Amino acid sequence: MTTYLIRNAQILGGAPQDLHLADGVIKAIGTDLAVEADIEIDARGLIALPGLVDLHTHLREPGREDAETVLTGTQAAAMGGFTAVHAMANTTPVADTAGVVEQVWRLGQEAGYCDVQPVGAVTIGLGGKKLAELGAMHESAANVRVFSDDGKCVDDAVLMRRALEYVKAFDGVVAQHAQEPRLTEGAQMNEGQVSGELGLGGWPAVAEESIIARDVLLAAHVGSRLHVCHVSTAGSVEIIRWAKAKGWDVTAEVTPHHLLLTDELVRSYDPVYKVNPPLRTAEDVQALRKALADGTIDAVATDHAPHPDEDKDCEWAVAAMGMVGLETALSVVQQTMVDTGLLNWEGVADRMSHRPARIGRLAGQGRPVSVGEPANLVLFDPAYRGAVNPDSFATRSRNTPYKGLDLPGRVHATFLRGRATVLAGELAEQGGAA
Amino acid sequence: MKRHLVSAADLTRDDALLILDTAEELAQLSGRAVKKLPTLRGRTVVNLFFEDSTRTKTSFEVAEKRLSADVINFSAKGSSVSKGESLKDTALTLQAMGADAVVIRHHASGAPARLAQSDWLHGSVINAGDGTHEHPTQALLDAFTMRRHLNPGLGQDLAGRRVTIVGDVLHSRVARSNVHLLTTLGAQVTFVAPPTLLPIGIENWPCEISYSLDSVLPKTDALMMLRVQRERMNAAFFPTEREYSRRYGLDGTRMAQLPGHAIVMHPGPMVRGMEITAEVADSPRCTVVEQVANGVSVRMAVLYLLLGGATLNDARTDSVETAQ
Repeated sequence: MTTYLIRNAQILGGAPQDLHLADGVIKAIGTDLAVEADIEIDARGLIALPGLVDLHTHLREPGREDAETVLTGTQAAAMGGFTAVHAMANTTPVADTAGVVEQVWRLGQEAGYCDVQPVGAVTIGLGGKKLAELGAMHESAANVRVFSDDGKCVDDAVLMRRALEYVKAFDGVVAQHAQEPRLTEGAQMNEGQVSGELGLGGWPAVAEESIIARDVLLAAHVGSRLHVCHVSTAGSVEIIRWAKAKGWDVTAEVTPHHLLLTDELVRSYDPVYKVNPPLRTAEDVQALRKALADGTIDAVATDHAPHPDEDKDCEWAVAAMGMVGLETALSVVQQTMVDTGLLNWEGVADRMSHRPARIGRLAGQGRPVSVGEPANLVLFDPAYRGAVNPDSFATRSRNTPYKGLDLPGRVHATFLRGRATVLAGELAEQGGAA
Repeated sequence: MKRHLVSAADLTRDDALLILDTAEELAQLSGRAVKKLPTLRGRTVVNLFFEDSTRTKTSFEVAEKRLSADVINFSAKGSSVSKGESLKDTALTLQAMGADAVVIRHHASGAPARLAQSDWLHGSVINAGDGTHEHPTQALLDAFTMRRHLNPGLGQDLAGRRVTIVGDVLHSRVARSNVHLLTTLGAQVTFVAPPTLLPIGIENWPCEISYSLDSVLPKTDALMMLRVQRERMNAAFFPTEREYSRRYGLDGTRMAQLPGHAIVMHPGPMVRGMEITAEVADSPRCTVVEQVANGVSVRMAVLYLLLGGATLNDARTDSVETAQ
């Protein structure tokens, strides 16, 4: 196995230090390390972070290989500095059986670019009517611990209660896509000033907040763990803050795009800005940044949602919802959280690695950058400035809202258990890769 | 000038007056035995209608033919669109056929804006109504009709005139275009509707809001009744047709509360017995039929100004001379 000596990296933004990676672990950390290594990396000016962990991606395989495959999705993840991603269940067929989650897990193993942790569907076919075999998915090789009908809300209160209770048996968590379905019939964008003017169907904040309020009360009632996907409104933040103050076991994530973009962009009617939950207002953006800074929101999760061109190159109403995000996540977090002084690099490591790994119960991920730990690392150049160029993406899709936008920082290298998946900003071919 | 007419908000006061004045000149044609001008001879105008619309489509077609354009009607039904062709491919097809202008009616808000911003088409895009967004030529014909009654004369605007628009504002593209254009022309707009039929955020629009029709009638110079679809009550926007009619419908008694000079307008098609009674619809104060005639003049003016070589910002006199 190739060994690496990383010279003068700033671990979590601290003073420059050398790291020696061998046998899949961090062998040594120190200044002027006198060790031999196959490859030496000059990391002056680079920040070393633990490998990032994403609680929320759509890798589209099986079923929509025209948009993404596990291979291209995990390549994109590696390029973004991730060493583990959760793959949502809304594939075709739906990941609601041990067979499908094992298939996705195995595809991740074969690709080798980052760990793929399948998320199991809560209900059969995401239908919201009958529980899927949650225990079987947990006991499968994929060892599922996060369950979600993401894309659809588990809106039936009794079913949600039962799911929350049932997964306690194996320390699982239900990750809710909070969207009251009746309040969002025909919804096309955030309901507010802009939707009224554009004549687009409104997706009101209350449709998210009412479900979160119900779910935190349910979780408290049955003593279960609840995770809230892609929180998008200031009101949701208040409810989660209240639930945490009560001591309830509630965690939440926010996407990079909800930290940066607002519904004003929809005025262009360009479906690249169409996403669910929708882009909200500047006030919501500020509240989300503050909540991520103070820990009310635990994690940044990309909700990476690749779509082929034809599903975005059309009228707003018929366009697919979602944006790719794996390759721009850390840059957006630098711009919105670090460069604004809201979060230091230690905080970034906490929100993008430690906490998401803990929520997903991923052993070996989200560990401290210290001797003896698995060598899951990202080297990030925060001084870089450049326009986002979708043609350079590893993801198979191009639906990024940041095209042409100057974003700070880029990933220089990513290591998965001591193996480089990205080196000098380029993908490093993996043995198992096709 | 802008190459397209997508939103009434894009029109400056000068743009709007140029269109209204040009329409006024062109309207004189309709009194002639031969109503045709050679202005757009050899130019191709496509009417691209994804939604059924008899009156708007016919109005555009008459306007195009009076200007001698080659008119192509491309309706979603009976074309490849109904077989699943995308808007993009349809637009590329029309571009390849040499369309100089595309008049588009679409059920999706923003579809004309997409066409105008894309590089799929090089011709002008004219919005003939998109979803619940805008219908700018309707607003222009409404303003034209109001001006004739309330402040006639070339170069005149609607300064200080009070316009009350009643009904389903939430789902109305006519209301959205009108609030932009009428405000640009100096009018004061008041929307009257049950709170369920007003969009969130309307308090920031440049207009007044009232839930009571009776209280605003005496302070109204032009009263515009919007169509209210019966199926709205199934989505609980209001309890019953009769209750809507009692609270927000216009009958003879209510009409009598209007000042003597005030006009009653409707963009059509009217739902008689719902938002308007037959007595009002057939009264001499009702301008519905006049609005239809004015629609042709206004659409001729828009086509002429977008395609005739002149720009909306050119001096009015130049373009009118060319028109004659």
